[in-house]
Amino acid sequence: MSAPTSGTGWILRAEGVTKQFGGLIAVNNVDFSVPERGIVSIIGPNGAGKTSFFNCMTGLYKPSAGKVTFDGKDITGKPPHLVTQAGIARTFQNIKLFKTMTVLENVQVGRHARMRARITGSIIRTPFVRREEREVEEHSRDLLRLVGLPRRHHDLAANLPYGDQRRLEIARALASDPKLLLLDEPTAGMNPQESAELTALMERLRSERGIAVLLIEHDMKVVMNVSDHITVLAEGQRIAAGTPQEVRSDPRVIEAYLGSQA
Amino acid sequence: MSTTAESTAAPRATAQPSFFDRVANLLPGWGWALLFAAIGIAYGALGQEWFGEELYDAMITTLAFVIMALGLNIVVGFAGLLDLGYVAFYAIGAFVAGWLMSAHFAGVIGGEDGIHIGVSEVTRNLPGLHINFIIVLIAAAAFTALWGAVLGFPTLRLRGDYLAIVTLAFGEIVPRVFELSQSGPFGIGSVDLSNGRQGITPIDKPYLPVPGLENVTRIEIKPYYFIALAMLAITLFVNFRLRDSRLGRAWIAVREDEVAAAAMGVDLVRVKLWAYAIGAALGGFAGVFLGFYRNTVNVDQFEFGFSVFVLCMVIIGGMGNIAGVVLGAVVLSLFDKYVLPELNGVPDAVGLDFDVTAVAFGVFGFFLLVMMTLRPEGFLPNRRRRMELHEGDMLHEEPVYEVRKG
Repeated sequence: MSAPTSGTGWILRAEGVTKQFGGLIAVNNVDFSVPERGIVSIIGPNGAGKTSFFNCMTGLYKPSAGKVTFDGKDITGKPPHLVTQAGIARTFQNIKLFKTMTVLENVQVGRHARMRARITGSIIRTPFVRREEREVEEHSRDLLRLVGLPRRHHDLAANLPYGDQRRLEIARALASDPKLLLLDEPTAGMNPQESAELTALMERLRSERGIAVLLIEHDMKVVMNVSDHITVLAEGQRIAAGTPQEVRSDPRVIEAYLGSQA
Repeated sequence: MSTTAESTAAPRATAQPSFFDRVANLLPGWGWALLFAAIGIAYGALGQEWFGEELYDAMITTLAFVIMALGLNIVVGFAGLLDLGYVAFYAIGAFVAGWLMSAHFAGVIGGEDGIHIGVSEVTRNLPGLHINFIIVLIAAAAFTALWGAVLGFPTLRLRGDYLAIVTLAFGEIVPRVFELSQSGPFGIGSVDLSNGRQGITPIDKPYLPVPGLENVTRIEIKPYYFIALAMLAITLFVNFRLRDSRLGRAWIAVREDEVAAAAMGVDLVRVKLWAYAIGAALGGFAGVFLGFYRNTVNVDQFEFGFSVFVLCMVIIGGMGNIAGVVLGAVVLSLFDKYVLPELNGVPDAVGLDFDVTAVAFGVFGFFLLVMMTLRPEGFLPNRRRRMELHEGDMLHEEPVYEVRKG
């Protein structure tokens, strides 16, 4: 992997990102980057600050210090909807679907940032709005097929089996046409076959759509299989980074994992 | 109880249409629209000769209340923002009618002749501001929408109980501002907005140079019915269109999960302010109508109880479901305006000395209690609501993390 150069080649760069909650430093001066069309992972023991770091990049948290650049634009501390607008989409560790909306509606909401219908147009239902609605529905159905949910589009999201809910979250995130997809423990609760399907999906997203993927994951099999690059966080700090092979044999990583379990 | 049967059927429960869904599917949407339009028009055409003065009059007021309930439903039912101060927008709308359709500002603006825009021959001789009711309806809707956004803005970061308290306060503040506009801490120069507690009266009758609306009187109230019916039709149209739009989906998404909605690109501030603004606009819209229908606008009409009353319509009918809200509003307001007054003789007949109307809120409280116990989702819930309130029977249990351990 080439050394981080200024801007070009990197879709996302985080420099010195720190997030402090009162006395607790959840994320401590983390440098991190995602290459274009890359699949990279963040791993670390529970409470290492992985999700907090995610939230700093997607605007749910405002970093206490540091800078986040996405696609050449500074997105540090921007509100979540602007981050999504810029091209980052995410899923959540604890599934956050709109439970009482249908499967299809969930994906349609995911398209919100790319829609242009305005309120008067929606009331009058102008030809533009009609066309947009039709396109969004088709696009949403395509995405549902892509993630492996070809049926039950009018069921309520909450009534889907758990693995399907995870898939739906990915379809919903993809609806905003992201350049970078952030997946927070996507295989949690999936069986090995479903995990393998998801791994294949990530590869497909990269090769067919040029989407970079940033993954937080506990399933080491998935992480080691799919990642070009792995960053290890422990107690809010980056303790190691490199290819799967490098990380696997890094004594600090082994210590962090074993230490946290002892 | 058949809990076992229910829980085994749980994951698919919502796939089976409920009784109401099946009834709703008997006709396509436009079929229902035509049917109800026909009923509404037939009812209006038969008029007070057929239904009696009291019921017909109650029905006209009811139509206006339905509009308000639909407005509040956007805020509470769609966007999930509990608003206990909805009466503020009724007040603002009604006062706009008072200002623009009466002699109230005779001494302030327009000189001795007054200002007249599109009003009848008779009104043209009056001093003060006299503007055609259609223009006033539009102006008041826009004005209350603005105030909806202004009052909504400070509450954007609040949720649940805190939001309810702040909106409740707004509902109290607004009528007080009108009442005390001449004096006290709210004195706005020498401009009197309300004649204190006396209020503004009389208000111009609606006028349009078309048959039926050329010479509206207070005795023949049919024109008022049809004006209200037309306003309701517009309101329903807007509601249905918005529900199925980008904005409508965003409202429900925000209600479901703000964080996820924001992460999907929904601008929370904008979407919530639109809910407040449109909800308020409909309150003001109906407020103008009630202003000129009742021929008087005074502060005593705008009590906290009214906010609760409208909220009850929304809850009892079926929060978030347009048809349910209409039904809830019709039932509650006819009950309040027609059934209870009709029952006034009953306590006397059994030897008690009170009016049923005086204990109306007690009756509503009881009604609400029964409803919340037996059918908390309202008469006609949408399936989202029904699911939330019967989460135990119909939702999957919390995510099955055990799978990972296994």
